[in-house]
Amino acid sequence: MKMRAMFAAAWPPVAFLALALVAWEILVRWLEIPPYLVPSPAAVAREACMSRADLVSASLVTLAGAVSGFVASLVFGTLAAVLFAQAAWIRASLFPYAIFLQTVPIVAVAPLIVIWFGPGFHSVVLVSFVLSVFPILSNATTGLVRVDRELLDLFRLHDASRWQILTRLRLPHSVPMIVAGAKVSSGLTVIGAIVGEFFAGYGVRTPGLGYLILQSSGQLRTELLFACVGASTLLGLGVFLATGLVARSVLSRLDEPQRE
Amino acid sequence: MGTAMRVFARWNTTDPESDTKDRRTILILVRCFQRMERIETASTVAIKALGYRFASGLQALDGVDLDLGPGDFVSLVGASGCGKSTLLRILSGLLASDTGQVVVGGCDPLEARRSRHAFGFVFQSPNLLPWRTVLENVSLPLELGGIAATERKERSLDWIARVGLSEFAHAWPAQLSGGMKMRVSIARALAIRPRLLLMDEPFAALDDITRGKLQEDILRLRESERFTTLFVTHNVSEAAFLSDRVAVMTPRPGRIAREVPTDFGTRRDADLRGDPAFAAKVREIGRALAEVSP
Repeated sequence: MKMRAMFAAAWPPVAFLALALVAWEILVRWLEIPPYLVPSPAAVAREACMSRADLVSASLVTLAGAVSGFVASLVFGTLAAVLFAQAAWIRASLFPYAIFLQTVPIVAVAPLIVIWFGPGFHSVVLVSFVLSVFPILSNATTGLVRVDRELLDLFRLHDASRWQILTRLRLPHSVPMIVAGAKVSSGLTVIGAIVGEFFAGYGVRTPGLGYLILQSSGQLRTELLFACVGASTLLGLGVFLATGLVARSVLSRLDEPQRE
Repeated sequence: MGTAMRVFARWNTTDPESDTKDRRTILILVRCFQRMERIETASTVAIKALGYRFASGLQALDGVDLDLGPGDFVSLVGASGCGKSTLLRILSGLLASDTGQVVVGGCDPLEARRSRHAFGFVFQSPNLLPWRTVLENVSLPLELGGIAATERKERSLDWIARVGLSEFAHAWPAQLSGGMKMRVSIARALAIRPRLLLMDEPFAALDDITRGKLQEDILRLRESERFTTLFVTHNVSEAAFLSDRVAVMTPRPGRIAREVPTDFGTRRDADLRGDPAFAAKVREIGRALAEVSP
């Protein structure tokens, strides 16, 4: 039943993809477009097959950067939100700078990060972190601050300490909001890692996808470039879906099914 | 004195975790006794000439006088917005009064709140934590008061049984009906054996049948526990059915206009609701309320 439903949902986009690939192949052959401009799907597939070892290892490096950036966002975003939740004046004086993280063009900050911290994996993680921390920080702050007044009264009535209110009320209350923020962040974190590798991904033993994209475009290996774009997309999708699955299992523990 | 004995008993066990909290409790108790010399009263709650003004300038309460003896059950009726909830918040030390005097168990409300387990509060909504099971919800106040886990569990399960929810001890709030959630809320308020039970229109959102059942539950629990209760409602019949006295409040500024004794003794069962004397009492309170409400 579930398999059939999944199949029913999956076949239209798959069929469209197949049709689009066939049309693309025909157009490229018919109009005789040079492969350095637009390679045919078959040529891209051949190239992807030939350099699959490079693609796989590059994807793994990028995945490691993205996941590290994501974990950093989750940890530091939540910690900063706890700090923000302590007092309105802390929020008022620091939140504008948190918004800075959201609005600053990451391509402008990435070179600065390389200048300050040098190229390498840690700078890639840092770029990914800067790009993906805001949704978690902002959602966690909202979840921590906007607690129902009556619940807060209940805790104050029993003389709960600040720590007890934080651990037993504010943090559990903000979990669904943090999870929602994490889903947005998980999409950004892969983009952050690839952008990071553009600027900081050199000088390492195994390059990531970002650096591979830079290389293949420099050498006009458009087939490889296409394969890299495909790999990046799949990677982002994978991270997003995996986060979605974890989020669903976390939330299902919180919202138990309604009484029948 | 009972509280003091319990505190000293625990003091002797030298549980390192509850030690500092107990020291604080003893200091507060000592201060309470010192105060009691100044404020000599046998009442559990003594309110004299209490006034409160909102930051907006609205005079919410003005010249409120009310006394509750040990074991009393007093209802507060009044139109919405007449300051009933404000009065409860002041009594429980969540809000500081502007003028007048409030004494709860010989203490200032703020000190009473800090001496832990002074107040059981049943809110208008069940106010349960959705990420905690029924058992974990009921034991929350005990947990905040630093009671050991085994005792916590034992006392909570006992109270869950007393409100008839033993089968649901490990259920989540979302799995319960409105009446069951309110029962959990009542168990949570009573599990700490509060000096004073405050109820803020707890049954307003329930259907008639459930409300009737919960009213009888409260009377039954009161019969065995003899807790002192201040019950806020805008339902006149509910007030007459539950309490020893009904205090009628005027709106803006809130003040107790009249106290109507409802001396039906322990004869509070389904029959009483159909009794002509009961109907007359409900009419009397209703008239008093209509006179003072605009």
